[in-house]
Formats: sequence, structure tokens, C-alpha cells
Amino acid sequence: MATQSDALGRSQFLERVRKAQARSRLSFRIWFALTWIVLVGGLVFALWITGNIDLSFINEWGPYVLGGAGLTILLCVTSIVFATILAIFGAIARLSGNPIINGVASLYVSLVRGTPLIVQIVFIYLALPQLDIRIPAIPAGIMALSFNYGAYMTEIFRAGIQAVPSGQREAAQALGMPEHLVMRRVVLPQAVRIVIPAIGNDFVAMIKDSALVSVIAVQELLWRAQNVGRQNFRTLEALLIAALVYWILTIVFSFFQERLEHRMARGDR
Amino acid sequence: MTDRSERLPDLGPRPGPAGSGRDDDLPQHVGDVIVRTEGLEKYFGDHRVLAGIDLEVRQREAVMIIGRSGSGKTTLLRCINFLEEPSIGAVEVDGVRVDADPLKARSRRHQEQIRQIRIRAGMLFQDFNLFPHMSVLANCIEAPTRVLGVSRDEAVTRAERYLEVVGLSEKRDEYPARLSGGQKQRVAIARALSMEPKVLLFDEPTSALDPELIGEVLNVMEGLAHAGTTMIVVTHEMHFAEEAADRVVFMEGGVIVEQGPPEQLLREPQHEATMRFLRRFIHR
Repeated sequence: MATQSDALGRSQFLERVRKAQARSRLSFRIWFALTWIVLVGGLVFALWITGNIDLSFINEWGPYVLGGAGLTILLCVTSIVFATILAIFGAIARLSGNPIINGVASLYVSLVRGTPLIVQIVFIYLALPQLDIRIPAIPAGIMALSFNYGAYMTEIFRAGIQAVPSGQREAAQALGMPEHLVMRRVVLPQAVRIVIPAIGNDFVAMIKDSALVSVIAVQELLWRAQNVGRQNFRTLEALLIAALVYWILTIVFSFFQERLEHRMARGDR
Repeated sequence: MTDRSERLPDLGPRPGPAGSGRDDDLPQHVGDVIVRTEGLEKYFGDHRVLAGIDLEVRQREAVMIIGRSGSGKTTLLRCINFLEEPSIGAVEVDGVRVDADPLKARSRRHQEQIRQIRIRAGMLFQDFNLFPHMSVLANCIEAPTRVLGVSRDEAVTRAERYLEVVGLSEKRDEYPARLSGGQKQRVAIARALSMEPKVLLFDEPTSALDPELIGEVLNVMEGLAHAGTTMIVVTHEMHFAEEAADRVVFMEGGVIVEQGPPEQLLREPQHEATMRFLRRFIHR
């Protein structure tokens, strides 16, 4: 009898603990959301109360600035593809036993990582014409972003290739595969899986860095915002719109990237 | 066991004709020499892991290599297909002879010769090393189509035949992640057989398996041995060695101490080192 009531008491106690934990999790979420709402709401209210925010300008030019988001995404998607291709070759070269190939690749990585992205962008668009190499603004922007991110991603891919278990390479070699097949059919497909979350991460970072190509008059988000802002003396509103769009874009892509990462983490080994 | 061996492909008649010039004490069914190592030595830095190994393995012979860890048995196996580059000596597999030459290890000619040896010698690993991004069938047809240039249809036929040999036909479209350890090793055996190699090299194929999964892999290997597959097996499974081996080789300190038919080597070892090693297994 006594043990039974003890057991009952214990299960009731455990149930109470469980409920208390659930309550505390819920209240954390509520307070977290409230904090955001209050802070963002306060910021909006503070701006509105100055009386300096011109809503009709936002109405009139908002869609035009927003239109730049399409070009921003196009720039980033194209650049991440080229950067990935560059990075694969870069990584293979960085792991090569051939001193010339290895040297070329590490010079590329060192050069790109050692100079500011904005210098690379301006160099391709404004300096190369002096050597009679003329590249239109959008391709120049894509080139600069691809070149820059390709170098950073070279190191990511190198780590990814090295993360593939050495037994995989040995098994492929033992089946008589020549080196290029070992890499292409066995090591790379597994390395790509390992680095996909990191590529997603870089893509989100690139969305923000792509604003830099506004300096060579690529009519993306920031360029449009600055342009109409200056013309109408409404830089505050224009930049607010641009910043908001960048923010939303990164939130959306981060969401997808996190889900992708989650799926990859579940793995298929 | 017996019912499995009936499903095995005919890998050659068991009591083979005796080759000319053979020693008289060789078992009747073995044929010509398929694998030969000559004075094989391997150094890791200053440490000599292999101290001159002369080994001959004949067609349809099942040779088991035993010895404590660190005796060099795994290194010997890995030197045969150059997953480790031997320091001194030579390896010959099915007529392809490669001299150890660490100085020219990266040369194109040397690499191509090594590849020719690897095509002729299938390798099984402790931890299977199936390709996780490919289905079971894709694992088995990858090398035959891309290395040997076998047509896809022919490769699929082969793969299905050998998957049946290891008893896993119904798993052909699964991915390795969905297989048990024992099943993975059996697929790895089918993958190796799909290259139709002259010899199979097993590197402790059951060491990474849960005890209850070891039997299914040993059964397949025993079936292959009885069907006349040439194999060299590094193993700690003494019962298996006794059942399936034509010859047992005992290694210690990087040399072959003693070798002979299993009943002789395992029951009446001649050397003190062999006796000491086997004593640990008697009471198992």
C-alpha cells in the first residue's frame, strides 16, 4: 500500500516538473518575441515621431528600390555557382603534390583574401579598361564576387575533401580507379555533401557583400536606394527600405540554409 | 554452409591438374602461382615493419595470415596491392610484376603498373568502405564499368550474380546506411568479386563486426574458399582458419615464422613463438 502511494506521489511530482519545464519554455518564447516587437516597434515609433519620415516617398519609390532585389539575387546566385566551380578546382589544386599547380592556387587564395573586395570590384571595372579589357558592369560585378568567394570557398572545399574518410579513397584505389576517377566519383561527391551547409552560409554573406557592386553602377538594391534617395533628398527613407530588404532576404535564405543543414546533419551514412 | 556453397558460381574446378614443377606437399587442387612477394620489406621511418617476406600463393589456394597485432600481417597485405608502398622487394600478381621503388613512387609508369595489380587483386577492409553515396548495385558496377570498360548491362548482370553469391540480391537498390555491418561487408565482397579479380585480399574482415554478425561474413568467405577462390586473409578467427584455409601463415616481428596446412600449424606448431601465440586461443 505504502509503496503504491509513493509511486503515485512520484509520478505526480514528475508530471508537475514536466509541466513547469514546458511553462518556462513557453514563457521564454513569449518574452523573446515581445522584446523584438517592443524594440522594433519603438524604433519605428521613434522615427515616425520625428515627423521627418515621408511616407508618400516610400509609397512612390519603394517598389523601384525593391525591384533591385531581383538583380541582387541574380548576382548572388550566378556568383555562388561560379565561385563553387572555382573553389572545387582551387581545392584540388591546393591539395596537389605538383608545386606549380599548388603554388598557383595558393597565390590566388592569398591575393584575394589579402585585398578588400571593393578594391577587386573597382579594379575589374575601372582599372582593367586601361589594359583594353572592358567588361560591362554586371559581368564585372559577378566576376569580382565569384573570384572573391571562390578563394574563401577554396579553403572550405579543401577541408571538405580532407574530411572524407581516407578509407573511401583507399577502397576506390584498391578497385583500380585512376586518381581522377577516385576524386570525381568517390571523394568529391562526399566532400560536396559535407560543405553544402557552409556554401549556404557563404550565400547569405554574399547577399550583403553584393551591395558593394553598387559602386560600379550595377543597379541593384543599394544603388537604386542611394539614387532615388539623393535625387529626392530622402536618403533616410531610401536606405531604410534597402536595409529592410537585405534583412528580409538574409532571414529567408538563412531559414532555407538552416533547414538544409538540418537535413544534411541527419546524414545518410 | 553447404546449401550456400551450392549457389556459388563455378570459379574453377576444385581438383585442378597439377602444374609442372610443383612441390609434392601442395594440396591437389591448387594451380599456378598467382601472388608472389620477393624479399618484401617495409619501413615506417626507421621502424622495420616487414623484414623480408617471401610468399607465394597459388591459384585456388586460401591462405590465412595470423599473428599478434604489430606483427606486420596487415602491412604485408596492404603492400601486395601497394596501398602501402613497400620499401624494398617486389610484388607479382598474375604476371604483373612491380619492384618496390619509393623514389619513383609518383612516376606515371609505376602508378599504372600498381593499378594493373589492383585490378587483379580485390581488397576487403576492416570497415568495409562501401561508397555511402551510391546504392548497393551502383557500388558493384562502378569500377567494372569505369575501370574495366565493361558495358552497363554486363556489369549489372555480374553484380547481380555476385550479390546472389553473398545472399543479398534483395538489397541491390538499398543504400549502405540501411545495411547492417555484416551485410555491408558482404556487399563489399560482391563489389570486389564484380571486378572478377584473380585473388581476394581480406584485411581482418570481421574485426569491426558485432559478434552475432561475424558468422554470416565467414560463411560467405568459407563458401568462396571451397569454390576455389584464391584468397589471402588476415584474420583472428582461428576456427575459421582451421575450416577454410589450405595454408596458415604465422607472422611475428615482420617475418614469416612458420607456415603449413591448418591442422599442422594450429595443432602441432613447431616454433616457440607460434605456440605462445596459439596458447591464447586454446581456451576460447
